[in-house]
Amino acid sequence: MSFVQNVPCFSILMTMFAAILSSAAGGKTARKISIGIAAAVGVMSAFLLVFLMGTGDSYAYMMGHFPAPWGNELRAGMLEAAMALLFCIIMLLSLLGGGEEAAEDVREEKANFYYIMADLLLAANLALVYTNDLFTAYVFVEINTIAACGMILGKFNRLTIASAVRYMIMSLMGSGLLLLGICFFYDMTGHLLMSNIREEIAVIAGSGAYQVPFLLTVGLVSVGLAIKSALWPFHAWLPNAYGYSTVASSAMLSSIVSKGYIFLLLKIIFRIVGLEAFVRSHVTDILFLFGMTGMILGSVDAIRQNNIRRMVAYSSVAQIGYIFMGIGMGTTGGMEASVYHILAHASAKALVFTAVSGLVRVSGGKTGLKDLSGAGFRNRAAGAGFVIGSLSMIGIPGCAGFVSKLMFAKASLEDAFYMIPVLACLAISTLLNAIYFMRVVLFLYTPDDVHLPEEGRDAGHGKEAGSIRTAAGTVLAGTAGENGTGTGNSLQFRIAVTGFICLNLFLGICTGPVSEAVKTGLSIFG
Amino acid sequence: MSRKREEKEYQKSFPYRFSRWLRGEEDPFIGRLEMKPQVPRESPERHFDPSDYEEIKRRSRDHAHNKRWQGYGKLYQISSVFICTALIALLVYAVSYLPPVGKTGNPANNEVPERYITKGLEETGAVNIVTGMILNYRAFDTFGESTVLFVATGCVMLILMTGKPRGKRGTEEDGTGNDISERMCITDTGDGMSEEIPGETSGTDPILQVIAKLVCPAVFLFGIYVILNGHLSPGGGFSGGAITGAGLILYTNAYGFEKTERFFTKKTYTGISVSALSFYCLAKSYSFFTGANHMENMNPNGTPGAIISSGLILPLNICVGLVVSCTIYAFYALFRKGGL
Repeated sequence: MSFVQNVPCFSILMTMFAAILSSAAGGKTARKISIGIAAAVGVMSAFLLVFLMGTGDSYAYMMGHFPAPWGNELRAGMLEAAMALLFCIIMLLSLLGGGEEAAEDVREEKANFYYIMADLLLAANLALVYTNDLFTAYVFVEINTIAACGMILGKFNRLTIASAVRYMIMSLMGSGLLLLGICFFYDMTGHLLMSNIREEIAVIAGSGAYQVPFLLTVGLVSVGLAIKSALWPFHAWLPNAYGYSTVASSAMLSSIVSKGYIFLLLKIIFRIVGLEAFVRSHVTDILFLFGMTGMILGSVDAIRQNNIRRMVAYSSVAQIGYIFMGIGMGTTGGMEASVYHILAHASAKALVFTAVSGLVRVSGGKTGLKDLSGAGFRNRAAGAGFVIGSLSMIGIPGCAGFVSKLMFAKASLEDAFYMIPVLACLAISTLLNAIYFMRVVLFLYTPDDVHLPEEGRDAGHGKEAGSIRTAAGTVLAGTAGENGTGTGNSLQFRIAVTGFICLNLFLGICTGPVSEAVKTGLSIFG
Repeated sequence: MSRKREEKEYQKSFPYRFSRWLRGEEDPFIGRLEMKPQVPRESPERHFDPSDYEEIKRRSRDHAHNKRWQGYGKLYQISSVFICTALIALLVYAVSYLPPVGKTGNPANNEVPERYITKGLEETGAVNIVTGMILNYRAFDTFGESTVLFVATGCVMLILMTGKPRGKRGTEEDGTGNDISERMCITDTGDGMSEEIPGETSGTDPILQVIAKLVCPAVFLFGIYVILNGHLSPGGGFSGGAITGAGLILYTNAYGFEKTERFFTKKTYTGISVSALSFYCLAKSYSFFTGANHMENMNPNGTPGAIISSGLILPLNICVGLVVSCTIYAFYALFRKGGL
């Protein structure tokens, strides 16, 4: 056994240990620990990914001295390693990019709790990614839920309390359904280890017993995890939770937490139920329908928003809809597209949230769309980040979102039944995405003459020409020199935005190796 | 070969105009395009005072007289009852298909519990099979469970901890209206219940104090016994920790927070939970690492039945017990006075 194969176990335990240590440390030290651990685990996951790409196979890791059905077990393939790497990168960059705002939003004496929650969030999602045991998965789902509530409450005011309570109720509902599903699985098969459940289920399916509870179990697990990852009819908790919490929390919640749950659902589909049995249960049809409705209605809701944070939050509903639509197609192609969309959306949404925080900061802390006019000139790093993130969300070639949309379209061609609805929904949803994202981009790059210096207004040949001339002047000043803008972007923020942009472009341009990894990863997933 | 252009010719060319535009000297639209300045939007005639907003808020929350709300409320109630009933019926229907409880032929009676029961003592050294299972076979899950307690306490602290020494709270009623955690605390001192905060009434309830004097040592001793004998008799870290935590709460109720604070402050809490969880984490990391890499386990199982036996289970039980009792007391203190 190679030493690098210890990475899954180490990364989970190290992040948990970091959280424990943070509770004895001050806020600033805790932040450093969080950033350091995310970076360290990211590097480790990258090594594991390289190693697993070399071997091309997955392996089981025994947690302790007893083999699997008795002890706990982890399992890692390249998909798991890639997912862990993505989570670590997003965690690291969100902490860097949202650090300043978090320092303002979170009260000084409570800051270390915020970073404990962040560490545990990462630990829980890593465990969800790696675990091969259904009960372990449930334990870490619990940690994930509580830590996510804590992340929302990091910024402590009326709005976040209300949204955290709402999030908690919905999320616990989802956990409850998932737990019921796990209990049913255990009752029918007598196992908690995923591979063993799979074998027993094959036997059960052969004998024709337990058909009703099996159908219900698949439904319970799917719906429970759909609630937790905000599929369309269950998304009511999402806009406020993402829209009002501090930006690092929003980025992590949208890009790590909900993706962790979807990954668990994929794991249950492939490793426990089996893709064919899952399709036979027709739960896929429900997910497909909800996903498509979410794609359209989430975007429509996003168009109706005037608060940019809430708009971006509603766009998450639409994007989660894409992922579930791919799962609902029930084909391998659809699943691959979904996994790619998980990667694409996670990187793009975290970028957009981070960029929005920078844009809002230079607009006097206002989040209305009109207040953001010209913000792209005032904070160019954030503006560029927002544009790239939007292009990726819309699906412009060269950005991450394009590849996954292409994969969805390609997957739909396999089955004539799915082709027309999928293509139509993709087209409509892309159009709607373009409407609301490009509207914001236009606002961002509309010169705003309200903030201009007074002399610009008086000079010139009359009022009209003057205002336009000064507007052009600000544009040029904005593009001409670094020194004049005064955006106050810290180095951390720039690093974060640059990192996210690179991640998006990487996923959009180096599609070959990534989609190959996703494909092989999924084929050895079950 | 490029030829040098005439100055006038150059001034007509596109690059010249572009460079002028880039320098901000010329705007291509001015003079060529009909432009109107943006008409500033008419500000609404009506001007709203803050009191108007209060009125709107009051009316919108006036559920008793809001017909739309009432209709919605009824619909909400009916549909939630309907959904719950449907879900219950569905679950009961599905459960009726499941194997009956306690039958020998059930799927759950397979090789997994068989090995726990027949080989558990030999492999873990724990007479109490349950403890052997949760702290040795499935120790990773138990670490997760302890962390759930830890993160829950952290969350409650994030919400409830006021970060101010007690006693000052009541005086700041007006100054800090925005801070909800403080406001919660202030309203807490305002209502009748908190008049009886033990800190203020300590020493006024002799019956409770006498009983507590008798009961507390027994409770603590029993809790410690349950923790330490977790691998020998029914019990273990979770149950023993709950008992000890309950004892702490009883002690606090009888003697007040001042007395408890002499030996249990936030520092104590942090120290205990950090060291217990760190020990658990490090010990188990070692165990997972050696196990996964098929290395020799250095923790001897000892003689089954002796108090010092079964390898890591005893120290792990102590850790879990400490974490659980601290968590239970911390919840109580946080909800009661907003701090430890």
